[in-house]
Amino acid sequence: MTISIRSVQKQFGRYPALNNVDLEIADGELLALLGPSGSGKTTLLRAIAGLEFPDSGQVLFHDNDVTYASAAARRVGFVFQQYALFKHMTVAKNIAFGLDVRKGKDKPPKAEIARRVDELLKLVELDGLGGRYPSQLSGGQRQRVALSRALAVQPSVLLLDEPFGALDATVRKSLRKELRRVHDATGVTTIFVTHDQEEALELADRVAILNKGKIEQIGTPREVHDNPVSAFVCGFVGESSRFTGKVEGGRFVAGGLTLPAPGLADGAAEAFVRPHDFVLADDGVEAKVERVNVQGALVRVDAVLTGGARIEIAASRADADRFVGTVKVAAAKSHVYAA
Amino acid sequence: MARARHPTEDPTWVKALVLAVVAAFLALVLILPLAAVFAEALRKGLAVAIDAIAHADALAAVKLTLITAAITVPFNVVFGLCAAWAVAKHDFPGKAFLITLIDLPFSVSPVVAGLIYVLVFGLQGWFGEWLLDHDMKVIFAVPGIVLATIFVTFPFVARELIPLMQEQGVSEEEAAISMGASGLYTFWRITTPNVRWGLLYGVLLCNARAMGEFGAVSVVSGHIRGLTNTMPLHVEILYNEYDFVGAFAVAALLCLLAIVTLVLKTALEVAQPAVRRGGH
Repeated sequence: MTISIRSVQKQFGRYPALNNVDLEIADGELLALLGPSGSGKTTLLRAIAGLEFPDSGQVLFHDNDVTYASAAARRVGFVFQQYALFKHMTVAKNIAFGLDVRKGKDKPPKAEIARRVDELLKLVELDGLGGRYPSQLSGGQRQRVALSRALAVQPSVLLLDEPFGALDATVRKSLRKELRRVHDATGVTTIFVTHDQEEALELADRVAILNKGKIEQIGTPREVHDNPVSAFVCGFVGESSRFTGKVEGGRFVAGGLTLPAPGLADGAAEAFVRPHDFVLADDGVEAKVERVNVQGALVRVDAVLTGGARIEIAASRADADRFVGTVKVAAAKSHVYAA
Repeated sequence: MARARHPTEDPTWVKALVLAVVAAFLALVLILPLAAVFAEALRKGLAVAIDAIAHADALAAVKLTLITAAITVPFNVVFGLCAAWAVAKHDFPGKAFLITLIDLPFSVSPVVAGLIYVLVFGLQGWFGEWLLDHDMKVIFAVPGIVLATIFVTFPFVARELIPLMQEQGVSEEEAAISMGASGLYTFWRITTPNVRWGLLYGVLLCNARAMGEFGAVSVVSGHIRGLTNTMPLHVEILYNEYDFVGAFAVAALLCLLAIVTLVLKTALEVAQPAVRRGGH
């Protein structure tokens, strides 16, 4: 199912939640909506789901205008932030709900529903837990139930609102892989909302970065990380050391550091350098090493430039011993934006 | 060596003192009067007490009390569910005003509640003549008693449900609707089961008040023996006529009804520890 969002606007009181958003989602794609809280990502997801109606603009499912269609008519599967499992129903009843509410000839026979529930429990590796109540499950298990409940109706699109937000780090990591596996197995177009850039970059085919109700950039995880189009995207996605300074004659200058800024007009500017883009260089600027942290195959170095700016360097473990006292560093790659 | 106390635990003598104060107070204002009711009722033997209850006027009072409760409680359940659902799950202008309105009977004296209906439906009231012309009686009749009881009890179920529903939010309802459930189906299958314990608790409180209400009912009843006397009113009449055994026998029966309600309530709380224990 391809989904098109065309100039969608949504206002809550005087606060614009979505400001002229355009987005095309390809069939079978796994897309992340990434942004800080209040960026409009959840509102966009709910507008796609039919849980929120835009003030203007269009939502198209496969060329059908569904802007004001109900959630049920759109056949979306929605996984809520706190899962919203029905507390008084067993896991099996929860998963079967979307099929149980159907009427007449649309309603599958009992045996068919039971078979489908078993199949879904197996898909999310919860076989045998159909008789439990949600309160008897762990957070990760509840998440899986919510996922299979959303999949039970064979949705045209699967929507997840901060699906891993309420889980601890280890469970989150394994469930991420699980969602990717389920997506690849079912092939259903999937959109999920997250404020965790690591989650978005690891899981999604493409990432849309939202800020203040607008999409700042959309692209593959690699594109948005390596070629951020704005200071916001650069600061939000991936790690970086940030400098404020000014551009003079195509060069960015700040506290002893000079970076190329081709094509930028003179004036105030911001620059970002990723930790792994700092390299040791004899013609670089002096940096005083404050702390060296070993992280697996990498070393992370906190240092202070002579101008006073703090930077973070990531280098290969083999170079760990070279970061002693004062070193000379240069930026192999940098991102400069007019402020 | 003395057993180490928990940091937040008070010394034994403090606990004993506090407990003794509570026990003495309860004995004085609760248990002693309750015991006196039963003692007075049985002063001339069980047979006399039973005779007093079996008297036609007493039986009529019991019947009227049960009828009143039987009409009031279902009305309250419907009203309470609707009001709580509207307030907790939806936003609309005037919501704060509606909540204040629901609370009104808690802050108005029951006597005033009774008088309101006399002013509206009484002979000199707004609809008095119209009702007389159409041969309908509200004041000094069963409808007035039921109306007054509904007025004093209508916050019970709604007040019990509103915080519960608010706490639960709307995401379960959204989930149900996104899977194709209708609004009504969602209300019966998702919203109501989630508040069933609070609902039962509200029903019990409402029932206890409906059976025991004196002030509001007294104003609208007219005290016609065998016709418009509820149990609390009948107790007063018998007492004023120096029929102490009769008065206390009916009072004892009313107490028993209240005790049954309390036992039911406690049983519910034990069965469902998550029931919100809000007080009124």
